[in-house]
Amino acid sequence: MLTLTSDIPSPYHRLRAGGKLAALCIATVALFWLDTVAGMAAGLAAVAGLYLVPGWRFFRQGLRLLTPVWFFVALVLVWHVVMGQAMAGLVIALRLIAAVALANLVTMTTRFDDLTDVVMWLLTPLRKLGLNTAPLGFAIVLVVRFIPVLLDKAHKLIEAWRARSARRVGWQIALPITLIAIDDAEHVAEALRARGGMSPPDDT
Amino acid sequence: MERQITLIALFAALIAVLGLVPKFTLASGIPITAQGMGIMLCGTILGARRGALAVLLFLGLVALGLPLLAGGRGGLGVFAGPTVGFLIGFPIAAFVTGWITERMRGTPVFPAALIAAILGGILVLYIPGILGMTAMLDMTLAQASLSMAPFIPGDLIKAGLAAALTASLYKARPASVLSRA
Repeated sequence: MLTLTSDIPSPYHRLRAGGKLAALCIATVALFWLDTVAGMAAGLAAVAGLYLVPGWRFFRQGLRLLTPVWFFVALVLVWHVVMGQAMAGLVIALRLIAAVALANLVTMTTRFDDLTDVVMWLLTPLRKLGLNTAPLGFAIVLVVRFIPVLLDKAHKLIEAWRARSARRVGWQIALPITLIAIDDAEHVAEALRARGGMSPPDDT
Repeated sequence: MERQITLIALFAALIAVLGLVPKFTLASGIPITAQGMGIMLCGTILGARRGALAVLLFLGLVALGLPLLAGGRGGLGVFAGPTVGFLIGFPIAAFVTGWITERMRGTPVFPAALIAAILGGILVLYIPGILGMTAMLDMTLAQASLSMAPFIPGDLIKAGLAAALTASLYKARPASVLSRA
């Protein structure tokens, strides 16, 4: 499964996922406290510096992940210049880039499995209260598996349509795709039940 | 239990797959993606609680770094971005859509799901979305609301499709439409 984790080695990959997440929370709060152009520029420069440590290629990869943000940056700048508050606009635009880039940095350098482990660890208090958190882990695995299966089935149905009809594939294809998916899900549920289900081993 | 979890996981996957459907552009030049329809379907088919859980599961996977949002976006960055309001609105929208569908049991499926998808999947979704944009981009409420207007026709089409799909599914597999079961 494709993830956003970068394959370019960086010193951040070795840091613990939980620590990175905690640092991200603190840094993001700090970014929202800073309210001057100079402070924001320094913040953004620091983030850019973090991206440059692993090298130029890593930096460029980070820039690519920021693509969706530029539209909003332009929107904010234009809006504030029109309103005659260019400086305020600049602070918001810089903060937006820095906050998103910082969060992306954690995503780029932390493996999916490690983040899942942090989530399961965060749920420990619920487990102590007697709640069964195993279904969540189950559900995560199921979704990751369902996505390629669904895509594959949808492709097959679309190809079958194209082979038999001169018309373009229309929205009607959604019903058979959903039907197959739901039937599959029912089968998976049955198979899970047949193999002992999702209850934790200690109360069976 | 197993059935509920698998259906919730399936719909989380469905939202992701719908995000991969290539966006098509309306006559007005605004691109629309099918992802919002996935949110509506979670509500109209799974009902309030399970629909919201499916959306939360989907968002959790996005936060964990899977590029599942429309356009291949994902990771923690999207939760620091200007569209975070819509992400917060997704599970609320699915819940309200499901709640209305469940409450309108006396009405045939298509009109019930249509009304639910419009109220839950559009109106309820836009409120946190607009608030999020005003907060993140320092816009006025009016400005942010106005910027949403071009998306309404596309969202109405999606609500129509979601309702039609729910109605046909109810004919084919009534037991799987949990909001009516």
